[in-house]
Amino acid sequence: MPTDFFPTATLLSALLGIVLILLLPPRFGGAAKWIALLSGLTGFGFAVAAFRAYNMAPGAYPMQFRINVAWVESLGISFATGVDGVSLVLLLLTGIIAITGVLFSWNVTQQPRAFFALFLTIIGGVYGVFQSLDLFLLFVFYEIVIIPKYFLISNWGSTNREYGAMKLTIYSVAGSALILLGILGIYVLAPDVTLNLQSLAKFHFPHAFQLWAFPVLFIGFGVLAGLWPFHTWAPTGHVAAPTAVSMLLAGVVMKLGSYGALRVAMTLFPEGLAAWRMPLAILATIGLVYGALVALAQKDLKFVVGYSSINHMGFVLLGLLTLNSLGLTGAVLQMFSHGLIGGLLFAVVGRMLYDRTHTRDISTLGGMGLAKALPFAAFTFTLASAASMGLPGFSGFIAEISILLGAWKAFPVLLVFAMLGVGITVAFTLRALQRSFFPSLAAAAAAAPEAHHDTPLPPITLPERLGAVILMAATVGIGLFPKILIDPILRSFESPQSLMHHLIQGVAQ
Amino acid sequence: MNPAFQLFKYLTPESFLAETAFFVLIAGLVRATASRRTMLLSLTLLGGLASIAWIWIHPESINICHGMAVIDPLTRFVKIVIVALSLVACVYAASSNVREHLAEYLALILFSTIGMMLLVSAEDLLMIFIGLEMTSIPLYLLTGYLKRSAASAEAALKYFLFGSVAAAFLLFGLSLIYGVTGSTSLQALAQMPRSTASDPLFLTGVALALAGFGFKVAAAPFHLWAPDVYEGAPTPSAALIASGSKVAGFLILAKFLTLGFAKAGGSAIWSLLQPGWLPLLAVIAAASVIVGNLAALSQSNVKRILAYSAIAQSGYMLLGLLATGNKGLSAVLFYVIVYALTTLGAFGVVGIVEARRGGAQLHHFDGLHRSAPGLALCMGVFMISLAGIPPLAGFFGKFYLFAGALGSVSSLDGSLGLLWVLLIAVAFNAVSLYYYLIVLKHVFVVPAPDAATAVPQPRSAAGFCVGLLAVAILGLGLYPPLLLNPIYSAIHGAARAAAKAASVQP
Repeated sequence: MPTDFFPTATLLSALLGIVLILLLPPRFGGAAKWIALLSGLTGFGFAVAAFRAYNMAPGAYPMQFRINVAWVESLGISFATGVDGVSLVLLLLTGIIAITGVLFSWNVTQQPRAFFALFLTIIGGVYGVFQSLDLFLLFVFYEIVIIPKYFLISNWGSTNREYGAMKLTIYSVAGSALILLGILGIYVLAPDVTLNLQSLAKFHFPHAFQLWAFPVLFIGFGVLAGLWPFHTWAPTGHVAAPTAVSMLLAGVVMKLGSYGALRVAMTLFPEGLAAWRMPLAILATIGLVYGALVALAQKDLKFVVGYSSINHMGFVLLGLLTLNSLGLTGAVLQMFSHGLIGGLLFAVVGRMLYDRTHTRDISTLGGMGLAKALPFAAFTFTLASAASMGLPGFSGFIAEISILLGAWKAFPVLLVFAMLGVGITVAFTLRALQRSFFPSLAAAAAAAPEAHHDTPLPPITLPERLGAVILMAATVGIGLFPKILIDPILRSFESPQSLMHHLIQGVAQ
Repeated sequence: MNPAFQLFKYLTPESFLAETAFFVLIAGLVRATASRRTMLLSLTLLGGLASIAWIWIHPESINICHGMAVIDPLTRFVKIVIVALSLVACVYAASSNVREHLAEYLALILFSTIGMMLLVSAEDLLMIFIGLEMTSIPLYLLTGYLKRSAASAEAALKYFLFGSVAAAFLLFGLSLIYGVTGSTSLQALAQMPRSTASDPLFLTGVALALAGFGFKVAAAPFHLWAPDVYEGAPTPSAALIASGSKVAGFLILAKFLTLGFAKAGGSAIWSLLQPGWLPLLAVIAAASVIVGNLAALSQSNVKRILAYSAIAQSGYMLLGLLATGNKGLSAVLFYVIVYALTTLGAFGVVGIVEARRGGAQLHHFDGLHRSAPGLALCMGVFMISLAGIPPLAGFFGKFYLFAGALGSVSSLDGSLGLLWVLLIAVAFNAVSLYYYLIVLKHVFVVPAPDAATAVPQPRSAAGFCVGLLAVAILGLGLYPPLLLNPIYSAIHGAARAAAKAASVQP
């Protein structure tokens, strides 16, 4: 069936974009962004097409669009892809972030060909991870993302970029080493020579193996998802990265971690999950509260957004570990929602503000009268903050409320702390919003008297407006009609044929 | 037929190379003109290609004099690889800073290649020793070839002294083995009774021999020569030491251990360590991985980084040897060939940069991507493949090696006997990305100091070879069966040939 190739086509559109950009003669470097935009649009188009073609009939097998081509036959490795509701939602997210990421890097003039080729490499790798059904393939795509991140940050980044880039890379590679160890163990102990998730899910791995392999894989993936205490790469990396890459990191790359934890560790090792669920849930809650508290104390606006990512990803991990359909659905929805909101916040701070004012210091920004000078930026940031706080009507609300309700059933004690985290989230978001955009007159005058006689800030450009509008429309749209995404997500957990069905079937306490 | 005549017939590829070497030496007497380098190189390439072609079109398998020279699909395959690698080193030599006596230099490379070819076809302790020496002695000379460079002379002396001590160890070990078993043929040794395998004298012999081989493949703690030799030697020599010599060394080590001493393995499982070469090998592998990767972190010379990386990579390959049997052998063979191609490519880039900027310190690579984007991209491919990042061949090789080693002792209750070595290897592999990235940081991120010393996009044969190698690494990473299938058929063919020979002999 031709629709089977829709998810693979997202991958191919990124690959084609990379090839076209590399073939571009240096004189036409300016065309690279157009190719990247086109590639992003095509990828998103195919993700939407896959979403629409996804069969929601009650009896339909949840893993659809399956492709299986032998790759290294003698070792049981194949190019096996397939998509269920969870993957679909994340493919859509990747498509949106790809388009808006290009729009927010429209002003990149330094080596544009290399920039956009690396950018599309990350996008392609992310598309690949979200649809791989073969663990080897999944790991290949997962690793492909690492090196481009390093070069994007160290070449086009800002504050302390080489340090941030190297730190982020080392953490990613350390996480990958754990994942590789887990995958090797799975490969060696599986009764058949295969790494296909669908076959592996049928096996019962030895209890002793599950007990160490589960945490190794979960933490390995968790490093990328900002699991406390392995999160420290995220704020420095996000801050050092150029805007589009911060958007990518917060928007989709962190989701690779939570997706991998769900798809690999939790799916394959139910006994390990049962044993390690509580300690990991505690770590997730600590991350949630800790991220919010640290964000409260930041002077640099980008660090506030960076730590808010830790906070939001804490929600995701907590939701995954609740092991009920509410919490799990909420977690996937939160991945989607934070992808949009985190992307939007980084876009405002990194592109709209920093590229114009060359500062991210909250009190300095407060002295610039940004609400008047850049009304569009102020509007966007206000809306994004509201979404980030989880106000009703935005995608963040439905996601967080589901996670909290799920946690109510699963971890009543941790819920108290999670609620505390929600409270602090409101506090740091309002603090950052108010101090940088709407300071009291006295504070503004005291902060930066010299800011007033500066040359007027350049206005917000069309690509920026377009990108912001897309992200805002998506978060409001899902906030108002969450059912569009909830239905397919729910099916991937509740369908009895699903690989992840066992996750919601009562927990072995 | 008389064995001596057989030897002449079946060692034709080697004699091709020897004749080529003499022709090159004679041709080197011609008065120096502009086209002499090209002429010498063409002559060498012609001889090498003829040798490859001969091996290609003569698929017979034979075992001459009980393992003195074994021609089977496996040795033929490896010989082709070795000659091809040496020819690339010759191409580098023609465009390197070896300005004087190029003919002698090329001839020495060919002589060393002959040693490697004899080495891989040997299944007899004596022949193994002779092959190793025939490989090493030209390599000592190649290392000290830059007569006016003190570093080159020092490197050669160091290499020679270490090499002769290692050879003494090896010879002593082999003599002990011979003394206990009364045989020098690996086939005969494989038949020894189990009681011999636990004889302390015999095990001492095996351990001493391992030390000798450890020197050859630059495994810790026998690695001390490697950094100085890689740094001081002319770049083509270092490339040859790191590629062809490594392939031959690993194949013969694998044959030596798995063919002759399968019974003396002992056990390297953490909780049930038993004396034998397996635990010894596991410790050497772990030590190489740790020492190589940690020492590479603080280097500022790219050749030294490659040397320490070579030590670490040897550790990974020794890990593959822990997976005894054909699976381990195919994994090691895949990895060592990929490694040889990668490191050869990396030395090619180093050679081009060195010739232009007069050094191989990290800062000589600054801003390479501006002046020579193609060369920079190739360096990126080599470094990332060495670090084991997909989709390049190094990643698949490592995965295959690690899976083979881990799977060699596993049981259904989920215990993995070799997990401890794997843990070290995987952890330090993550560390290794740091120093490879540092090299790439200088290539891609740090701006060039000034335009005057910019490295132009190379149009030489060496540049062409580097590009070809990069494409090969990418191709083998995207579709590993390209190399995997020939390796499988070679190994299975060799097993069939051995079985056939065994059935013919009474």
